Amino acid sequence: MTPVPITTVEGRAIALQGHDIDTDRIIPARFLKIISFSGLGNHVFADDRAAAGGRHPFDYPEYQGARILVVNRNFGCGSSREHAPQALRRWGIAAVIGESFAEIFASNCLALGMPCLRGETRVVEGIQQLVQEQPDVHFRLTLAASTLHGLDRHWPLMIESGPQTMLLSGCWDATSLLLSHENELRQTALHLPYLHDFAPPG
Amino acid sequence: MSTGTLYDKVWALHRVAELPGGQTQLFIGLHLIHEVTSPQAFAMLGERGLGVRHPERTVATVDHIVPTTDQGRPLADPLAEAMLSALEKNCADHGLRLHGFDSGQQGIVHVIAPELGLSQPGMTIACGDSHTSTHGAFGAIAFGIGTSQVRDVLASQSLALDKLNVRRISIHGSLAPGVFAKDVALHIIRRLGVKSGVGHAYEFAGSCVAAMAMEERMTLCNMAIEAGARCGYVNPDQVCFNYLHNRPCAPRGAAWQRAVAWWRSLASDGDAVYDDEVSMDAGEIAPTVTWGITPGQAMAVDEVVPTPDQLPPGERPLAQEAYRYMDLRPGQPIAGTPVDVCFIGSCTNGRISDLRDAALVARGRHVADGMKAFVVPGSQQVAQAAEAEGLDAVFTQAGFEWRRPGCSMCLAMNPDRLEGRQLSASSSNRNFKGRQGSASGRTLLMSPAMVAAAAISGVVTDVRTMLSTAKHTRTGPD
Ligand code: SF4
Repeated sequence: MTPVPITTVEGRAIALQGHDIDTDRIIPARFLKIISFSGLGNHVFADDRAAAGGRHPFDYPEYQGARILVVNRNFGCGSSREHAPQALRRWGIAAVIGESFAEIFASNCLALGMPCLRGETRVVEGIQQLVQEQPDVHFRLTLAASTLHGLDRHWPLMIESGPQTMLLSGCWDATSLLLSHENELRQTALHLPYLHDFAPPG
Repeated sequence: MSTGTLYDKVWALHRVAELPGGQTQLFIGLHLIHEVTSPQAFAMLGERGLGVRHPERTVATVDHIVPTTDQGRPLADPLAEAMLSALEKNCADHGLRLHGFDSGQQGIVHVIAPELGLSQPGMTIACGDSHTSTHGAFGAIAFGIGTSQVRDVLASQSLALDKLNVRRISIHGSLAPGVFAKDVALHIIRRLGVKSGVGHAYEFAGSCVAAMAMEERMTLCNMAIEAGARCGYVNPDQVCFNYLHNRPCAPRGAAWQRAVAWWRSLASDGDAVYDDEVSMDAGEIAPTVTWGITPGQAMAVDEVVPTPDQLPPGERPLAQEAYRYMDLRPGQPIAGTPVDVCFIGSCTNGRISDLRDAALVARGRHVADGMKAFVVPGSQQVAQAAEAEGLDAVFTQAGFEWRRPGCSMCLAMNPDRLEGRQLSASSSNRNFKGRQGSASGRTLLMSPAMVAAAAISGVVTDVRTMLSTAKHTRTGPD
């Protein structure tokens, strides 16, 4: 597979306010008893949405099809379940902007090619306010410059250079990266005696 | 940086490449899969049109979702049936060995791989389950992985990883009667804390570990993850080789000799350098029980629940939460606490030696009135061996239920679960809130012999008081 660089994410945004939103809220544990991630998009924030009786950003018609999620502090904390970014992704989210992220959540997002960018509190709250007032604004997130553009305005964001390089070069996808070392993989296997010299299991 | 340890040697042998993000690509020698964390990984493979690179190095079983009473198909729970069917289809599509119900070899993934002789010294072993550390008992580097990583291993037989630091934990001396590997594990976690292992591989060493049978070493390594260590291991020695000899998937004939020579060469060198070293005295370890909501909140069975001022300030908030949740008062003895459910099983303590230890306590006695007590062998082979020795009869005559193999009440993905505020005495590995299926259910972790003692007396009991009449031996035929 050829690497797929991620340079920009474009589209409408959706704001979700609150600190310490954990992965149990993003996708409740009962939805882990499944065989495919594909249906997870329907269940994102299932309990929060049920509790809100439909008055939840993920249920409002104006945010359907949004691509950029804007959150606050320590988003994605709690269990390391990969189902959380998967659920957001399957709902349609392609990038997340927040004040801060739980480490494992951010690295799980990276593995899906879904950038997580941080912004200062003022910046993030400003974007959230705009999204709430004008849900139809078209945004453009530029990875190389770490900025968000929309309505002739722009907001400075931050991302660590490691993930930034991986996304821009298309090396965020561990599988492709690992498969690109075909020769090295074969060489390593060749030198492991239990693969050849001792009767392999079977 | 450690040098000359088994971890360093195995890491070097399996290194494929250095990756741009600073990680190392590591070859995985054995990939174990089960029904819960593999279906999404297979779906992701399918989405990309990829296959399984080394089907002969990938082995499957079904354990988490299986009922332990009626295992007839279709399974009563349609979601469980769907997960098992998906595993069967994925294994058939990709030509993978699946140890299903009719194989005679089905069981908990961390029980069957060792008993089949699949887990061997010097291997890298990965599985989408955190207790993969168990296989480190064989001198393997074995660790749990997430679903995307399961996909990576299926596709490339390798992973992107950061190298860990190595901490040697030496346990010297011998264990008193009634004290088991589980107690050693809980004692270590209590001493070092549940986060101490983060970023570390734990090498278990010392005369106490050298004297342990393989099954005891597996219990110890199984719990390494509860100390925060991604993997734990014991250097391979004659005890390990004797266990592997003649197992179905172990090398044979001349290959066996070559294998043993190679395995010996991988043990940590006498002058190996460790990032950290800790040592403990086995004689100090008593039968140990958890009182709280993490495996580190543990105490000797003859102590009182610690008061906040006995704990480091950083641990006090969690202790307060634990007192409330567990409904235990600081300063109260744990012995004598009434128990509702007793569970013997899991990948920590569901092996034949564990059942023998528990049966010694149960033999000729009867569980307390109203007690729900059940024994779940870790695998079909364990069940068969136990039945051949008559252990099933010992348990059923004592009022325990004798079940079919699976993860059972270790976690809440099958019909075995706590109800409401029930308190369990459990030989499993996690006492987290809600872990055993009821959001308010409570768990006390302990050794299988201690669980049997609690079942008989109806309350948490120091198993040592019950061993004078039941002759206690630590070495079974295995
Ligand atoms: S017995 Fe428990 S810890 Fe072990 S694999 Fe099953 S669920 Fe996981």
